[in-house]
Amino acid sequence: MALFFRLEEAVSDLIHDGDSVAMEGFTHLIPFAAGHEIIRQRLRNLTLIRMTPDLIYDQLIGAGCARKLIFSWGGNPGVGSLHRLRDAVERGWPNPIEIEEHSHAAMANAYAAGASNLPCAVFRGYEGVDLAQLNPNIRTVTCPFTGERLACVPAIRPDVAVIHARRADREGNVLLEGIVGVQKEAVLSAKRSLVTVEEVVDNFGPRSPNAVILPKWTVSAISVVPGGARPSYAHGYYSRDNSFYVKWDEVSKSRESFLEWLRLEVTA
Amino acid sequence: MSYTSSEMMTVAAARALRNDDVCFVGIGLPSAACNVARLTHAPDLTLIYESGTIATRPAILPLSIGDGELCETALTTVSVPEMFRYWLQGGRITLGFLGGAQIDRYGNLNSTVIGDYAKPKVRLPGAGGATEIASQCGRTFVVMQQSARTFVEKLDFLTTLGHGRTGRERRELGIRTAGPQLVVTDLCMLQPEQDTCEFIVTSLHPGVTREQVQQNTGWPVRFADTVAQTAGPTADELAVLRELNERTARAHRSDS
Repeated sequence: MALFFRLEEAVSDLIHDGDSVAMEGFTHLIPFAAGHEIIRQRLRNLTLIRMTPDLIYDQLIGAGCARKLIFSWGGNPGVGSLHRLRDAVERGWPNPIEIEEHSHAAMANAYAAGASNLPCAVFRGYEGVDLAQLNPNIRTVTCPFTGERLACVPAIRPDVAVIHARRADREGNVLLEGIVGVQKEAVLSAKRSLVTVEEVVDNFGPRSPNAVILPKWTVSAISVVPGGARPSYAHGYYSRDNSFYVKWDEVSKSRESFLEWLRLEVTA
Repeated sequence: MSYTSSEMMTVAAARALRNDDVCFVGIGLPSAACNVARLTHAPDLTLIYESGTIATRPAILPLSIGDGELCETALTTVSVPEMFRYWLQGGRITLGFLGGAQIDRYGNLNSTVIGDYAKPKVRLPGAGGATEIASQCGRTFVVMQQSARTFVEKLDFLTTLGHGRTGRERRELGIRTAGPQLVVTDLCMLQPEQDTCEFIVTSLHPGVTREQVQQNTGWPVRFADTVAQTAGPTADELAVLRELNERTARAHRSDS
């Protein structure tokens, strides 16, 4: 059971000031509880990596944990803006934040390259768009066989990956199911990894031989945190709290109401 | 039967989808149009959302691109790298359906910033999947509310390539897909002119005048030689759309 830790211990052991941290979960299984623990431990100067910053990074950015954000779509899905992200980018509150911006295809390829132990990802993309001129990490390579010019971005290799999964078994293997996003790639591309889970089971029971499983030797620490993805969701446990995502627009709009929410719901 | 201009827009966009399309769906207006199409004239339409859900048949509209409803009703769900590499880049998707904050006369889109990139007046969400959806789907449609603020002479930022700043860029860049072929708004429909690829008005929605379209367009908009009139929504189309919206609102209210 050496893999299993309380969330406070796991976060303080694995994540340090200045680390690059990828907290993934594509709408589904976003590791909110771990994000709130990072806020409580007052970690600073993090480089936050995530395809869709979502509410979790809005909260971390507003709480002053981030120095830099690497991302590809920074909105509140189906609702509108991430106000804390916007406040940091547009007005430098609570601190200025550096952004490195990509497209989804680039980020997805960059995670796969990281997991594959490659220095960069090669793909078709970014043709004729302004981002390619502004982000120095978007470059091109020429295919040595066909001469085709292809887009190229550095592999993502975070210090720490953090994900939430539905369940682990007693040995510490983790089962990923449903919308699996880039979580497997995030864990396999990172130096260290933290997985929060809904529950621990004696064994996974009948499953497809192709089930997506992270073997225990790919995970640094597991914390059992039921509800750890709320207001995101865990398929089969609880559904996405869409009304909270709608409400967040109001909560996060002003610095005061955000800080009040933070005090009542996270740090108190 | 009375209807809103927004309902007209969704219905007109839905009609443009073909039963045999494999469609990469953006959230919001595109998602509503695609599901109305699936529930009316195109029951076999294949809907793909970038969260990895393939051939999904949601009973309600998802709020996000990865709601559980999409996974539960999908034929299969793949990882996000697989979605972008094998399915989108692999050339398996015939149609991409996009929106944006700004569009120009060549169908280029901005969803990144208003103002300067380094010091933006308004920071918008960014590219998401749109950049590669626009270059790798067989063709794309755009659906947006039309106004002089959204239909602009010059984009603040080119997030997503349409026909480029000259109308000829796709070919010059070696992109083989067709790019934007239809823009549907709450006022009209525009299609690219054959030689220039400039979007010109090809159909006006019922009751909409040319002057109204010009007032809501930031460039001197041109009209096709014959401008059609869009047929108003049928009772069936409206019923399907309204029931879908009602089911959706009910479901999202009861989430918490």
